[in-house]
Amino acid sequence: MADRIEVLKTYKTYVGGKFPRSESDRTYRITDGKDNHIANACRCSRKDVRDAVLASRSAFGGWYARTAYNRGQVLYRIAEMLEGRKDQFVNELKLSGVKQKVALNEVHTAIDRLIYFAGWTDKISQVFGTVNPVASAHFNFSSPDATGVVGIIAPDEHPLLSVISLIAPVIATGNTCVLLASETNPLPAVSFGEVLHASDVPGGVVNILTGYRNETVETLTSHKDINALLLASRDIETGKLADENASLSVKRVVQYRAEDWFSGEHENPYLVLEFMETKTTWHPVGA
Amino acid sequence: MSVSVIQDFNQTIPIDQVGVEERVSRLNKRSIKKESKLQALKLALSMIDHTTLEGKDSKGKVIQLCSKAKMPYAPMPDLPSVAAVCVYPNMVATAKKALRDTAVKVASVATAFPSGMAQLGIKLDDTRYAVSEGADEIDMVISRGEFLKGNYTFIFDEIAAIKEVCGEAHLKVILETGELETLENVRKASDIAMYAGADFIKTSTGKISPAATQPVTLVMLEAIRDFYRKTGTMVGMKPAGGIRKAKEALQYLVLVRETLGSAWLSPDWFRFGASSLTNDLLMQIVKQETGVYQSINYFSND
Amino acid sequence: MSDINTKEPIDKANNGSPKPTSPNADRKLDFASFWEYSPAPENSDHVEIDERYNHFINGEFVEPVKGRYMKSINPANEEVLCEFAEGTSEDVDRAVKAARKAYEKTWSKISGKERGKYIFRLARIIQERARELAITETIDGGKPIRESRDVDVPLAAAHFFYYAGWADKLNYAFPGRKPKSIGVCGQIIPWNFPILMLAWKIAPALATGNTVVLKPAESTPVTALKFAEICRDAGLPAGVVNIVTGAGTTGSEIVNHPDVNKIAFTGSTIVGKIIQKSVAGTGKKITLELGGKGPNIVFEDAPLDQAVEGIVNAIFFNQGHVCCAGSRLLVQEGIADRLIQKLKDRMETLIVGDPLDKNTDIGAINSKAQYDRILEYLDIGVNEGAEMYQSSCSIPDNGYFCRPTIFTNVSQSNRIVQEEIFGPVLTIQTFRTPEEAIEKANNTPYGLASGVWTDKGSKIFKVGQAVRSGVIWSNTYNKFDPTSPFGGYKESGIGREGGLHGLYPYIKF
Repeated sequence: MADRIEVLKTYKTYVGGKFPRSESDRTYRITDGKDNHIANACRCSRKDVRDAVLASRSAFGGWYARTAYNRGQVLYRIAEMLEGRKDQFVNELKLSGVKQKVALNEVHTAIDRLIYFAGWTDKISQVFGTVNPVASAHFNFSSPDATGVVGIIAPDEHPLLSVISLIAPVIATGNTCVLLASETNPLPAVSFGEVLHASDVPGGVVNILTGYRNETVETLTSHKDINALLLASRDIETGKLADENASLSVKRVVQYRAEDWFSGEHENPYLVLEFMETKTTWHPVGA
Repeated sequence: MSVSVIQDFNQTIPIDQVGVEERVSRLNKRSIKKESKLQALKLALSMIDHTTLEGKDSKGKVIQLCSKAKMPYAPMPDLPSVAAVCVYPNMVATAKKALRDTAVKVASVATAFPSGMAQLGIKLDDTRYAVSEGADEIDMVISRGEFLKGNYTFIFDEIAAIKEVCGEAHLKVILETGELETLENVRKASDIAMYAGADFIKTSTGKISPAATQPVTLVMLEAIRDFYRKTGTMVGMKPAGGIRKAKEALQYLVLVRETLGSAWLSPDWFRFGASSLTNDLLMQIVKQETGVYQSINYFSND
Repeated sequence: MSDINTKEPIDKANNGSPKPTSPNADRKLDFASFWEYSPAPENSDHVEIDERYNHFINGEFVEPVKGRYMKSINPANEEVLCEFAEGTSEDVDRAVKAARKAYEKTWSKISGKERGKYIFRLARIIQERARELAITETIDGGKPIRESRDVDVPLAAAHFFYYAGWADKLNYAFPGRKPKSIGVCGQIIPWNFPILMLAWKIAPALATGNTVVLKPAESTPVTALKFAEICRDAGLPAGVVNIVTGAGTTGSEIVNHPDVNKIAFTGSTIVGKIIQKSVAGTGKKITLELGGKGPNIVFEDAPLDQAVEGIVNAIFFNQGHVCCAGSRLLVQEGIADRLIQKLKDRMETLIVGDPLDKNTDIGAINSKAQYDRILEYLDIGVNEGAEMYQSSCSIPDNGYFCRPTIFTNVSQSNRIVQEEIFGPVLTIQTFRTPEEAIEKANNTPYGLASGVWTDKGSKIFKVGQAVRSGVIWSNTYNKFDPTSPFGGYKESGIGREGGLHGLYPYIKF
C-alpha cells in the first residue's frame, strides 16, 4: 500500500483551446492490454467532431495570418514544453506496456521532430516557391499556401510520436487540424493537448478527439468544411471510406501508412506540401 | 463649362501600359478586307494633313504639296482630296492661295513649334500671324518642360490663351507624347488640353522619336471618349509622325472605330499628320481597284 | 482640275459613302452605323477532316472492337463534321495494355534526354501544322479562329517545348529526392480547349516517363486524332500515347481500369467528384482540374479602361467556356456606374458569329446541350429578379450563338452568382470595402482563379493573399503560360498543371 493515494487525471478532449468532455458525456475504458484499467477516455460523438471542426475553422484565419517566423517559434515552444514534461510522457507510454528505453526514445524523437518542422515554417516557400519566366510582359510567381482545415486520423502505434509526426507538418504552414486519436492508445495524444495548451499554440489550431472510430470517422471524412485528410490508420476500409467521402467536397487525401515512425523519412517537406495549395500570381510589368 | 466639371489635374488617372499594349495588339488583329478595306483606304486618304515642316521649305514645294493635296492621283480624279496641308506660318499664305476654292484646309503649326521654348507673348503673336495669313487650323505645342515639372495650371492657361487668339481657326494641341514618356502623362495632358478648349489633340510634332504610336493614340482616344461622356463635347484626334504605311493607317482607324465609334470616322474628327502615307494609301487603293501590285515610281513624290 | 475644285467638301471628305452619324444628345457612342468590316474568313480549303476517325492504339489507327461510332457536330452550322469511334471497355483495355507494354519495354527504359527529344519533335510538328490544327479546332468546337490561332495552338506547342526540356532535368526539380515515373496515366480532357488541354496532360506525363491513354471530349475529338498523327509522324514509340474516343462511359472505363496508375481529369466538378469516388481505395493518384466561379474584383483606383478589357477577356474569352472565367464581377460602388457604362460600350464592339472569320470575337457555343444550359441560366437570372443586358450585335440564324450578357442587380444568393454557367454571362455585384470584396470573393465552394484590379501595390498583395484561389490575376486576366502553375483550391480541383509544379502529379519518390 502506497503512503499516499495518487491523484489520477481525468482524460478529456482538447477543442478550441479548452478541455471539454465529450458532449455525449460518454467514456470508455482504456486498459494496458491485460485488462488492467488505466483511465477512462471520452467517447466522442459526431457532434464533438462538428464542434472541433468549427473551432479549427475559427482558428485558421489567425494562425494562417501569423508570420512564418512566429509559427516556427510556436512549434519550437511546443518542443521545449515537451522536453520539460518528458517523464510524464515516458510514464504514460509505459502504461501501455512499452519499455522505458523505447518510451524515452519515442519522446526524444517526437521532440526532435517538432524542431525539424519548426524550422520549415519559414523555408518552405523559399524552397518550393518559384518565379515563373512567362513569355509575356508579366511578373509571375507561385508560392505554397496553407489549404485550411485538415482532418487527421492517427494510428495506434507510438501514440505520441505518430501524433506529433502528423500534426507538426500540417500546422507548420498555417493549417489547423482535428485529430482523431488512436482508439486503443489515446492517452498520450490527450496529454499532448495539455502541452499544446501550455505552449502559445492558439486555441483551435489543434483539436484532439478520442473515442470509437466507427462513431467519428464518417463525420470527419465527410465534413464539408474540412479541406484535406491525413490518414495514418492501418485500416484499409477507413482509408477507402475517407477517399469516398472526400469526394463530397473534393478534399485532398493523403494516405500515410508508416512502417516505422522512428524513421527519418517522416522528416520530410513533401508531407508539408501535401497540405498546401500553390497560388500563382500574375502582374503586368510596365511603367 | 462650369469649373466643377474640370477635374483635378494633380490627380493621376491610372493606366496600365501592358494592358494598353494588349488592347492595341488585339485591335491590330482585325482583318480588313475587300469593300471595307477600300472604303477605309479612301477614308484615311481624306483624313490626311499633308505636311511639310522643314527649314528648307520653299513656296514651290508648298505649291506642289497643295496640288497633290487637291488631287492626290490624277488617273483617279474621283478620289477624295486630303483634309489639309500643314505648313509653317510663313507658308500659310502660299498654301491658302494654292488651295483657294477647294475643301482642303490650311493648317499651320505655331507657338514656337516644335520646342515651344518661348514666352507666351511670342507664342500668341506667332498664332495671330498664322491666323491672319488665313490658317484654318492651328497646331500648337504644349510646354513639355512645364508639364514635366508638374506645372499643370501653366499648361492649361497657355492653351486657353492660344485658343482665344485662334478665333474661328480650329486648335490642335500637340502633346509631344514622345517627351511625356508615360501613358499616364499622355492621359493627363490630353485632359488638360481638352478642358482648356482644344478642338483636336495631337500626338507629336514629328521632330521627336517616338512620334505617334498606337498605344499613345488609344489612350488619347479613351480620354476623348471620357470627355465626351462627361461633357457632351466631341474632340478630334490627330496622330502625327511615323505613320507611313496604309496598313498602319487602317489599324489606327480600327482604334477609332472601336473606341469612339462611327461619329469620329470623318476628317472632321480624325486626322493623320503624315507625308509619305499619302502615296502608300494611293498605291493600295490602286491595287484594290486593279488587282495589280504597284510601284512607287508611278506616284508623284510631292 | 476645275471639276475637282468645285466638288462639295462633304462629298470629298467621305468619298461618297454615307457620312457617319453625328453625336446624339444623350452622349451615346455608336459603333455600328459606319464602316462595317467585310467578312474575313480563314481559308480552310487545305484542311482535311476525315469522314471517320478510329482510335489510336499502339501506334496505329484501329477500329473500335464493337464497331460503334459517334458524330461530331460543327456547332456553328449544326452539321455533322465527322464520325469517330465510340470506345468500349475492350478498346480501353487494348489501349491500357499498349500503354503498359510501351511503359515497361521502351519509355521507362530510354534516357530522359532521348525522351525529351521525342517531345521536342511533337512541339515542332504542332508548330508546323499550327494553321491546320487551329482551323480544325475552330470547326470542331466553335471557338473563334483568332483564339485557336493565337492562343490554343501556340500555347499547346509551347507546353510541349517547356516539358520536353524537363525530361532530362527531373533530378533538379525535387530537392532531396529522386523522382520516378508512375506508369500508365489515364487522362480525360474537356471540350473547351481540346488541343491545349491535351498538351497540358500529355507533355508533363511523357516528360516524366509515363505513358498515356487519353480521351478527348465527345464534342471535340478531332484535334486529338490529328495529334495522334503527329505522334506517329514523330516516330514516337508505339503505345506511348494512345487516344481513345468516346463519351462519359468511355471515360469511366479508363478511370476504373485496374492497370491505370494515375488519373488526370479536367472538366466539371460534378464529374470530378464521381471520379474521385470511383478511385477510392485503389491508390491511384489523381489530379482534378474542375469548375470555378471566378471573382474579378475592381477597386476604384484601378486602371479602368484596362480593367474593362480584363473583364471582357475574363468572361467572353472562348464564349465563357473557361473554368477560370471571371464570371463574377465585383466592383467598388463608387465607380460601378462608370465601369458598367464602359463595359457596355465595349460589349457593343464584340463581334459574334462565324468562328472561322478572323474578326469574330465570340464564336459558337460548343454544343446544343451547353447552349440550352446557358439559355436556361438566362431565364433563371431574369426570374431571380436580376437585370439582364445583352449587346445589340446580330447573330447568325443557324448554329448555337449567344450574345454577350451581363446581369446587374444580383445578390450573392442568386443561382447565377453561385453556379458555374460556362457561357458568356457575367454577374455584377458591388462592394464598399476590401473586406467586403474578399468575403464575397471567397463565398463559394470554388477557388480556381480571381482577378484583382487596383493601382495600389500593397492592396494587390493583401487582397491577392486573402482570396483563396490557385491563380490571382492582378491587373490582368486569363493569362496562361507553360511555366505558370494552374489549378484550384477547394472544389476547383486537386493538383497543379503547368510549370515545375505540374511535374509533381506525374512522379513518385
